[in-house]
Amino acid sequence: MKHIGLATVALAALVAGCASNGGGRPATASTKADTGKGKGPGAGKAFSHDPFPSTYKRYPGAPTLVTHVTIFDGEGGKIDDGSVLFADGKIVALGQTVAAPAGATVIDGTGKTLTPGIIDIHSHLGDYPTPSVPALSDGNEATGPITADVWAEHSVWPQDPGFSRALTNGGVTTLQILPGSANLMGGRSVVIKNVYARTEQGMKFPGAPYGLKMACGENPKRVYGSKGREPSTRMGNVAVDRQTWAKAAEYKRKWDKYEKDGGEAPTRDIGMDTLAGVLSGEILVQNHCYRADEMAIVMDMAKEFGYHVSAFHHAVEAYKIADLLKQNDNTCAAVWADWWGFKMESYDAIGENLALLQKNGACAMIHSDDENGIQRLNQEVAKALASGRRAGIQISDAVAWQWLTINPAKALHIDDKTGSLKPGKMADVVLWNGNPFSVYTRPEKVWIDGALLYDANDPKRRPVSDFELGQPGSGDVK
Amino acid sequence: MKRLLLLSAALLATPVAAQTVAITNAKLVIGDGSAPIEGGTVVVRDGRIVAAGRGVAVPGGVETVDAGGRWVTPGIVAGFTRMGIVEVDGVDETADAGAKTSPFHAAIDIASAVNASTSSIPLNRAEGVTRAIVAPDTAGSIFAGMGAVIDLGADRSPVTRPRAFQFMEYGVDGGRAAGGSRPAAIAMFRNALAQAKDFARDPNHYADQGKEALLTRADAEALVPVANGKMPLLVHVERASDMLALIDLKRDFPAVKMVFVGAAEGWLVAPQLVAARIPVIASALTDLPNSFDQLGSTQSNVGRMKAAGVLVGLGMINDNEARQARLEKQYAGNLVALTKLPGATGLDWNAAFAAITSVPAEAIGMGDEIGSLKAGRRGDVVVWDGDPLELGTGVAAVYIDGVKQPLRTRQDALRDRYMVPQEGALPKAYER
Repeated sequence: MKHIGLATVALAALVAGCASNGGGRPATASTKADTGKGKGPGAGKAFSHDPFPSTYKRYPGAPTLVTHVTIFDGEGGKIDDGSVLFADGKIVALGQTVAAPAGATVIDGTGKTLTPGIIDIHSHLGDYPTPSVPALSDGNEATGPITADVWAEHSVWPQDPGFSRALTNGGVTTLQILPGSANLMGGRSVVIKNVYARTEQGMKFPGAPYGLKMACGENPKRVYGSKGREPSTRMGNVAVDRQTWAKAAEYKRKWDKYEKDGGEAPTRDIGMDTLAGVLSGEILVQNHCYRADEMAIVMDMAKEFGYHVSAFHHAVEAYKIADLLKQNDNTCAAVWADWWGFKMESYDAIGENLALLQKNGACAMIHSDDENGIQRLNQEVAKALASGRRAGIQISDAVAWQWLTINPAKALHIDDKTGSLKPGKMADVVLWNGNPFSVYTRPEKVWIDGALLYDANDPKRRPVSDFELGQPGSGDVK
Repeated sequence: MKRLLLLSAALLATPVAAQTVAITNAKLVIGDGSAPIEGGTVVVRDGRIVAAGRGVAVPGGVETVDAGGRWVTPGIVAGFTRMGIVEVDGVDETADAGAKTSPFHAAIDIASAVNASTSSIPLNRAEGVTRAIVAPDTAGSIFAGMGAVIDLGADRSPVTRPRAFQFMEYGVDGGRAAGGSRPAAIAMFRNALAQAKDFARDPNHYADQGKEALLTRADAEALVPVANGKMPLLVHVERASDMLALIDLKRDFPAVKMVFVGAAEGWLVAPQLVAARIPVIASALTDLPNSFDQLGSTQSNVGRMKAAGVLVGLGMINDNEARQARLEKQYAGNLVALTKLPGATGLDWNAAFAAITSVPAEAIGMGDEIGSLKAGRRGDVVVWDGDPLELGTGVAAVYIDGVKQPLRTRQDALRDRYMVPQEGALPKAYER
């Protein structure tokens, strides 16, 4: 899957380049207008790609050893009666037995389960927060079908009470916040750690690539068709997409030339910056799409313009084309367990979608798209797993846990940092008070980067957003 | 349920016409909040429960099914739904829940819209739901119309009880429907019930003011049984202060039998709900301030109300209520999970199961008819392959009115068609 490799390299270069460029436009862009070939600022260096940098810093945490616990490592492995040690924000070791370093907090995990923190690849917390009032509704810039210029992080309200529920009831430690699906190209997503901060940048996952939210199907054609403008059909959707990609390719060509050769800097277009970022592999396409036939068309459109769809979101008909998804550089499908019938394109949803994708070797994961569903993603996987088993598709609990952590991490290109309990990765960890595929189980403790940020036994480790402070039930168990 | 075996969908098998059956060797749940009975037997004769318990004798000549120690329970009674009146929410042509431009409101009788072929019916039946409380949606008035109780049987006669209740919106939505404020909704309520009483006093001389009337003749007539307490009034309300306002209103209309639906902040006024003897059909897991009516939301709401003595069952208002009543099992299980969570208040298993069977039935005055395996109730029985509230559990058999039901769904057919995604010798359209 060549795009992943390219993106990682590009990102590393980008971060390094931006550190010296700061947030502003570099001097090269304005002062070297007349330089000759080979005198450009260099690839990715004409302007900052990171004007709103993460200011997230992990909170302190004690070295912690959990013993005698059932472990799902997030990559398909399971250890019964095992131990996990984490310190200084990182996973240190896991195995049947791990020695406790001096001063470590030791927790007896008997009867409990320890897993990587859950990653929700599809959330609107912060941009469609609660309370759901128009004043706080900031998820869809539904004023034109192409709004690649908007960035979800500029809408994310870090005081959304939903973040706390996703943490305490759901064990969610990382989530991607996307723009809505009114538009064909709805704007940039942002990946955040589920740690309250005064600013969105304080939550922003360090080093996570951006995504571009795209949408096919009913929503764009309905929103714009009802306004009497293109697109009003599915063919209109694809036409507007392709015209836009053609312009983006031209934009990228001009900037690539300038960055290599110098000369007069092309005019910046904030939306085109994002699309050029997709074409260079730096920004990942996260594509809302329900129907099998439309996903197939989108994958060919991506080939036409030289990008890759990281994941189809919702993808209720992914089971019909599990083989095609796998063949197309393992394009992932992020799905619900049992949502169906709320709109025409969700009519063919089946409970075995995840299991059938897994059976066919495709990249599959659960997602929520919902402030309630995000609190129960483990339960959603349990339902999907049971549906699969009833249909004769045998998948182990440990393998199914990949749908909650490492697979979304891969589709977000953060699998080198989180999503499993490998030594050296972020200590994003949930201790469940039982089997997390049982309805009777809840998170008991959640650590993010090794910091204990939720403890069911300690009301002081229960976050309360500014909005809820002083309201009825403030600080209550929710 | 009259068995007019007229199923058009070829993928559904015809129900076996056997209304008398005994299920033995069961982990038997009565549904009334009592504990499961090991080695129990339930006997259904002519579509009704004859007896259920340990040591129940099976009459001679009755078909007997050995449950093999599995869980056997009453079918789930979906507490507040729009099942059978909507096929696809986003396709207006298939939705009969609300009537935006109709001059009629309280007079709307949803029973005529219930379509036994709605695909949510077989889907929820296959997950153990056997009855549903079906409400119309409001449009242009606080009164939505009269709801029905339906069964999910595979036949053409889905309505168990038409005109089972009137549904009304209060709070944000009720205020909006009344013109923009809660006091306007209260004024609309008082005016409507006064007119209903005028109608009841002398129907022949009730002045029908036509389309311009605040209340049509038909609406006034429909509200007579609400005013005299013969028909329950389900009221959607979430905010604690709104519940108190409705309790105050009830003092002026003591005959009105209110049932609150939603009630996210019910725990804040639980003693008042008990004193006013108002049952609640709550949303189990509301825990976010979705609106300013729900600032006090917590998953402990149901448990706290129950602990205070409120009769509280579960419903699906504003929660995929046309299609996903099956989720009530998961919701009830989550309330059990709360009993292990420090500081939270949940329900024990027996109460949680009652909250999705007998309690919603009792809340609308139908507890003697559905929702439990007590003698005389409808023969709605489900055999499960495990704990019915647990996520991995499937359904082994469903009986409605004593009739064994088909459990195959359209989704099953899609799954089978795409078990191997690639086409075979012919296109997928030929695989069925």
